[in-house]
Amino acid sequence: MSETIGFTIDGRPVRARPGQTILEAADAAGIYIPRLCAHRELHPFGACRVCTVKVNGRPQAACTMPAAEGMVVESNTPELTEHRRRLIEMLFVEGNHYCMFCEKSGNCELQALAYRFGITAPRYPYLFPNRDVDASHPDVLLDRNRCVLCARCVRASQQLDGKNVFQFVGRGANKTLWVNAERELADTNLDVRDRAVDVCPVGCILRKRQGYTIPIGRRRYDHEPIGSDIERAGAARGA
Amino acid sequence: MTDIGHAVRQICAVYHNDASRLMDIIEAVQSRYGCVSSEAMNLIAQALGIPRVEVHSTVSFYSFLSNRPKGRVIIRLCSDPIDEMFGMLPVANTFEETLGVHVGETTADGAITLEWTPCIGMSDQAPAALINDVVVTYLSTDKAREIVAELRRSGDPRKLVHRLGDGHNAHPLVRAMVHNNIRRKGPVVLADLPPGAALRKALAMSPIEVIRDIKTSRLRGRGGAGFPTGMKWEFTRQAEGARKFVICNADEGEPGTFKDRVILTEYADLMFEGMTIAGYAIGAKEGILYLRGEYAYLRPLLEHILQVRRDAGLLGRDICGKRGFEFDIRIQLGAGAYVCGEETSLLSSCEGRRGDPKNRPPFPAQKGYLGCPTSVNNVETFCCVARILDRGPGWFAEIGSKGSPGTKLFSVSGDCAAPGVYEYPFGITLAELLRDVGAEDVQAVQVGGPSGQLVGPDSFGRRLEYDDLATGGSIMIFNSSRDLVHIVRKFLEFFADESCGYCTPCRVGNVLLLRKIEEILHDRGSPDDLHYLEELSATVKFASRCGLGQTSPNTVLSLLRNFPEVLKRRLKPPAGEFLATFDIRAALADTERLVGRSSVMYAP
Ligand SMILES: Cc1cc2nc3c(=O)[nH]c(=O)nc-3n(C[C@H](O)[C@H](O)[C@H](O)COP(=O)(O)O)c2cc1C
Ligand code: SF4
Ligand code: SF4
Ligand code: SF4
Ligand code: FES
Repeated sequence: MSETIGFTIDGRPVRARPGQTILEAADAAGIYIPRLCAHRELHPFGACRVCTVKVNGRPQAACTMPAAEGMVVESNTPELTEHRRRLIEMLFVEGNHYCMFCEKSGNCELQALAYRFGITAPRYPYLFPNRDVDASHPDVLLDRNRCVLCARCVRASQQLDGKNVFQFVGRGANKTLWVNAERELADTNLDVRDRAVDVCPVGCILRKRQGYTIPIGRRRYDHEPIGSDIERAGAARGA
Repeated sequence: MTDIGHAVRQICAVYHNDASRLMDIIEAVQSRYGCVSSEAMNLIAQALGIPRVEVHSTVSFYSFLSNRPKGRVIIRLCSDPIDEMFGMLPVANTFEETLGVHVGETTADGAITLEWTPCIGMSDQAPAALINDVVVTYLSTDKAREIVAELRRSGDPRKLVHRLGDGHNAHPLVRAMVHNNIRRKGPVVLADLPPGAALRKALAMSPIEVIRDIKTSRLRGRGGAGFPTGMKWEFTRQAEGARKFVICNADEGEPGTFKDRVILTEYADLMFEGMTIAGYAIGAKEGILYLRGEYAYLRPLLEHILQVRRDAGLLGRDICGKRGFEFDIRIQLGAGAYVCGEETSLLSSCEGRRGDPKNRPPFPAQKGYLGCPTSVNNVETFCCVARILDRGPGWFAEIGSKGSPGTKLFSVSGDCAAPGVYEYPFGITLAELLRDVGAEDVQAVQVGGPSGQLVGPDSFGRRLEYDDLATGGSIMIFNSSRDLVHIVRKFLEFFADESCGYCTPCRVGNVLLLRKIEEILHDRGSPDDLHYLEELSATVKFASRCGLGQTSPNTVLSLLRNFPEVLKRRLKPPAGEFLATFDIRAALADTERLVGRSSVMYAP
């Protein structure tokens, strides 16, 4: 085996391959660090900040920070949990999330994070932004009301599909997901089989005519908290 | 195809169809057609072979760029609190009345657009505005009327400049009414040096020796973060890469600072000399001056000085006769984005993209501009470098205080007799500075701009240096008549507008902070809000991805810490079980209007 890096997460020794991020090494060790924008198949982006950990006492995004020898990483502490909770609540009030009418409900990573963190209602006022829905594409719906600006679709289109269907326009609170066309999604080369369509963590990019094929109550996070797969794999290996 | 196709292709060709020069291409298209239309975006994308949405993304990021036509003349009023203190609101009203539009609109004939813009670097001559590239200062309601009349008559903002400012402001290539307001010169930055003098001394040494001198001088960056310059150069020198870059950060976007403006106007030679020395030290052949869009009026002068230096053998090949040493500098113009002063956003912007900061590591010294090792330094830092090479590191290290050698330029504005630029050795107290600038009845001083600290009289004995009251140079003075909560609101508005929107805490958190401060200003604050503001600020600072979000809550936090009574005075204790922050009348207003009668239960 090639050389590995040794460090700790919440006191547990963890090994990483050179170049691996803290998040990747934690996953491999069966330690779940909450995250939203990170995705196994995509280059790290570092936008949601839900994965923020302390590295030798300083905040860092676990998904972008390479592991290094001797690092002391804190993740599951009351302080960090509280920051994460606030970030998740910010994402809820920033968009228009009506889970009871959302086809993603039960499979949604944002909603699942809220469940895992025991969030019943955000402490912040809803911002009720005015956002566009793009239903032009024959097979794919884009409902920006639920977009969390995680750039998974942007990256998947570039890195997995070899296309450039999505990108952001505007800045600050006006930052918006846009498509590579003068007007709308139908004018792009997006195909319903593109990986970009699969990776959205929330109910912003949806396949049309697939509503409720799995009934509510039998969906992924209806059964177990988000991150359970990582923790289970760790437990199975006797971590 | 219309001639726009031909013109855009021509512009792209000037930049060798190089997508990394997208900023220049967009700026050229916009200055020709007034905007970057949908058609122009398609044409640019085709010529450069990049997705159209990338062009759209860049255009939409910068407040000086637009995809919709605006007026042939754009009046941008400076929105910072200092301008407001000196009468900007009546000036803005006069513009609105005489033009017949609101701020944010364009006159019906398409001639003039009126907008707000954050600090344009003229707080020492407020209220001020940018009219296209032309700076107008010391505005009044009368002047606003004259300006509109002249623009209606000639449509030419250059005709608005009647009296020229001092020094190079009167240079034929500048012709600006801006004043330098240099109030105190020191030995390091605001002092003359014959072009080439420091560079020749540097070239007589090896690059390693130059870096050693900078380290010995203990020079720290003047752009805010205070990183040791010698160390940054050493990292850049040691990093692997065939191409390396020196970038001078002249984005000067922190509200209340304008000292780089004065250096760019009067001491650009010193700055370019420092950049050239940096190129020699780190092994870079290429330099970039990133000039904020607001200072576009200085560009012709700066290009001229670069050409003079080329002609004198101070730039180009075999500089000063040193065989094999080659270095040149180009100017990259920004387009209205504060975050682009952050060094990694600045790199994104130089690469032709939206000004999103980059993930670190890698740091710019390892992988910077176009992935090459890059040292980014402030305008003033480069001036210090040239002086250190001329006078020696020992001389420099003797000036100032122990942890902060050298001098610092302060941009002083607000309630004082003599706003302007002051060069002092590090370590003077705030009280000494306030005395010298003629500030009386001072309630508070914002040290280091909105991202710094708001301090009161109990802090005036503190020292202006890295280890105490650190500042990139902005000093805004507020007397006892000023409303500090309102000022904090203005600063939060600034951060919310200027956030790049990449990460959650800064994009959402600053809007939430602003909302809460606005509630308090509207007398709907409750005592719980203090805790709310503390918590929210803590998360924005802790979790934000770059320095903008990591410092934006400072304005709220220093109000809470240093002026608790100012905030508390505006909070209402809850009335029984009811929330003071909930205004039933406002909540019902829309419904009442729709149904056409007022509520029976909550009738006023
Ligand atoms: C939001 C933000 C804006 C900044 N604006 C500037 C600026 O206008 N000029 C500047 O020199 N540094 C600015 N900085 C600091 C730069 O990131 C960087 O530290 C500096 O240019 C390095 O130069 P120095 O080492 O010479 O100080 C800014 C930082 C942040 C986070
Ligand atoms: S995207 Fe997720 S959080 Fe948003 S409404 Fe749908 S289920 Fe709820
Ligand atoms: S559409 Fe979905 S994947 Fe794309 S940025 Fe928005 S939330 Fe992320
Ligand atoms: S803190 Fe985040 S959102 Fe704010 S400017 Fe930096 S990267 Fe952009
Ligand atoms: S998962 Fe790391 S920032 Fe989003």
